[in-house]
Amino acid sequence: MNFSQKVSVVADVPADALVRFEGVKKSYDGINFVVKDLNLNVRRGEFLTMLGPSGSGKTTTLMMLGGFERPTLGHITLDGKPVERLPPEKRNIGFVFQNYALFPHMTVAENVAFPLRYRGIKGAAAQQKVQEALGRVSLDALGNRRPAQLSGGQQQRVALARALVFEPSLVLMDEPLGALDKQLRERMQIEIKQLQTSLGITMVYVTHDQSEALTMSDRIAVFHDGRIQQLADPETLYNEPANRFVASFIGENNTVPCTRLGAEGDVAVIRMGDGSTFRAAGTDAVGADGKVTMSVRPENIGLAAAGDRPHVNRFAGKVREVFFLGDHMRLTVEALGGQLVTARIPASRSRSFASGDDVVLECCVSSCRLLEA
Amino acid sequence: MSVVDIDRIDVFMAVRRAERPARRAAFSLALPLIAFLVLAFLAPILYLLVTAVANPETRAVLPRTLAALESWHGVSPPDEPVYAALAADLKAAKDGSTAALLGKRLNYEISGMRSRVLSAARMVDQFEVGPYKEKFVALHKDWASPDVWAVIKRNGASLTPYYLLTALDLRQAPDGTLERAAGDQAIFLNVLGRTLFVAGLVTLFTLLLGYPVAYVLTIAPKAIAGIMMLLVLLPLWTSLLVRTTAWVVLLQSNGVINDLLMALHLTSEKMQLIFTRIGTVTAMTHIQLPFTILPIYSVMRSIPTTQLRAARSLGAGPSSAFWRVYAPQTLPGVVAGCLMTFILSLGYYITPALVGGPRDQMVSNFISVYINRDLNWGLAAGLGGVLLVVTLAIYLLFLRLVGADKIKLG
Repeated sequence: MNFSQKVSVVADVPADALVRFEGVKKSYDGINFVVKDLNLNVRRGEFLTMLGPSGSGKTTTLMMLGGFERPTLGHITLDGKPVERLPPEKRNIGFVFQNYALFPHMTVAENVAFPLRYRGIKGAAAQQKVQEALGRVSLDALGNRRPAQLSGGQQQRVALARALVFEPSLVLMDEPLGALDKQLRERMQIEIKQLQTSLGITMVYVTHDQSEALTMSDRIAVFHDGRIQQLADPETLYNEPANRFVASFIGENNTVPCTRLGAEGDVAVIRMGDGSTFRAAGTDAVGADGKVTMSVRPENIGLAAAGDRPHVNRFAGKVREVFFLGDHMRLTVEALGGQLVTARIPASRSRSFASGDDVVLECCVSSCRLLEA
Repeated sequence: MSVVDIDRIDVFMAVRRAERPARRAAFSLALPLIAFLVLAFLAPILYLLVTAVANPETRAVLPRTLAALESWHGVSPPDEPVYAALAADLKAAKDGSTAALLGKRLNYEISGMRSRVLSAARMVDQFEVGPYKEKFVALHKDWASPDVWAVIKRNGASLTPYYLLTALDLRQAPDGTLERAAGDQAIFLNVLGRTLFVAGLVTLFTLLLGYPVAYVLTIAPKAIAGIMMLLVLLPLWTSLLVRTTAWVVLLQSNGVINDLLMALHLTSEKMQLIFTRIGTVTAMTHIQLPFTILPIYSVMRSIPTTQLRAARSLGAGPSSAFWRVYAPQTLPGVVAGCLMTFILSLGYYITPALVGGPRDQMVSNFISVYINRDLNWGLAAGLGGVLLVVTLAIYLLFLRLVGADKIKLG
């Protein structure tokens, strides 16, 4: 019985899957589920980010993979082997924690050497590996310092070196850059991404920062309410959000309620609140009574150009707010039957706006996406 | 001096001026406490240290004798002028009835001197005219002893090492050299050693019992941790005397513990628990537990839970992670808690007095006896001074061993 089960699991796993979550659920009190029915494959060598607001279940998922929480239901396999009952120290997974969790009573070198002692690597061999790992994060000279004597960015690098020194097949990171300032965070994002690519390791990264996720990831799993809302590469996620949550969580989006009238090929025809007819991509979203939502990003809305153009939705409105932001302006326009639509248009000295002005705006049909209501 | 420098100084002065009201306000807020500490803490300690070396009795009662003794060489009994001066001093002392004080003081160093001085003071009125020497010697042959006169002369100094030496089981021979005190008087080093031993034992037990409690407190869910914390703190809110008396009730021959042991057939005879070392250490351990737990708990709470997780993820098993990563980080709390309990235990008085046997009395009990019963404040102060020095020495030793930054009291 066990055997046949094993075979079926192995048969299901795609050849490049290193980690596989299968119907994983997690509850602490037996009533509320923090993670509801998680199915996810992490591919070998990929940088997968779990992105979501706090309480969405992303950290719990990471902790289950790291071995610090046990799934209430479902299975997790690592390299084809079930690991739900394996303690963290037996999983050989590198883990970088929020706030680094460096050991304050040890020097940097001792911190990095810590995982080696449990793998029987001692003396000169260990020393060499430590130097190598510190070199990789350009901290060769600071081995004798204590963590408290390092800056936040340096501590972050030590944590990284410590998680990589024993050459794990998988590295998990729990919001590792949260405590750093913006500039340093951006530099570390690039460094981590470069390390991951050059070492070819599989990385699972948890963050609530969408720009971080977009910068670093091969694929992003957007978490909300204990479920994966969408799993896709950054570009698809940004341009083709699967639902309203993803549309509003990743970047900025105008979501306008409307009614679906029909389809013309792969373009849907919809009626807006003011009675006008729009065309939008994404024909598969259907709500009750044809109620749907159209989403369009502010940067995809511009001032209407002269002349009649196909593949464009055009609408008029009244300016309510204007913000000048140097290279662009943000207009909040009341249009489409009392909706507030935000448009991001290039700043120009020849045209200025004031609250109360009438404007005509347009957006490409392909940039308008139809989502469920 | 350039203009720039002057400007800088002006700015510096302006900053100081601007900050002055805030500094004064802060200082004035602390002033009542500072005044209180000076009056209630520093002054008594200073008084105690002075009392430990003060030696006013001989100088007050025998000023003429001491002056006459100036030229005495110390080998044979002194000459007639000294005895004449002694007679004059004792006559004056009799009028002021201060001879008893002198007798008591000299009796500390030469037993029997109390009655000798008192009888001499009584008889001195009958010594109308000289020579006085024969009359004193006739009263008691000690008055011809060079040793007695050496002690009297030595005590003419306003400071004496006598009490401190006694507290360390040492004495000054009449010729001024140091020697071990006689067997039946050499008890204080033993008492001091016992005090240190009991305090150490109590510290060890509070650590063994308290460390796991502190750990459970940090990892328990909030509601349970709250109740546990209350239980830990509860003894602190009860008077020391009440807790000690409770232990008397529990430990006595017909007490709860003995009844329980009998009922469980663990012993067939009543065990002697009260008035023993076991009773003292048990009661003191109970009373001291919160003092050890609280600093450890406060340090443990500041250690992020990710520390243990990180250790586990790097390959350490649960116990290895605990001992290599967690325990070393709790050291500041352990040191602080142990130091607190050890130092407080050194000064225990009520508990050993009520629960301990005669062989369990600590230094403080002897101090109390010398103050309340024997009225020998000098020796009480000497013992107190020695205890103070030992305590400070242990504290400094700890600082040296673990570093001041490694001690976190809260």
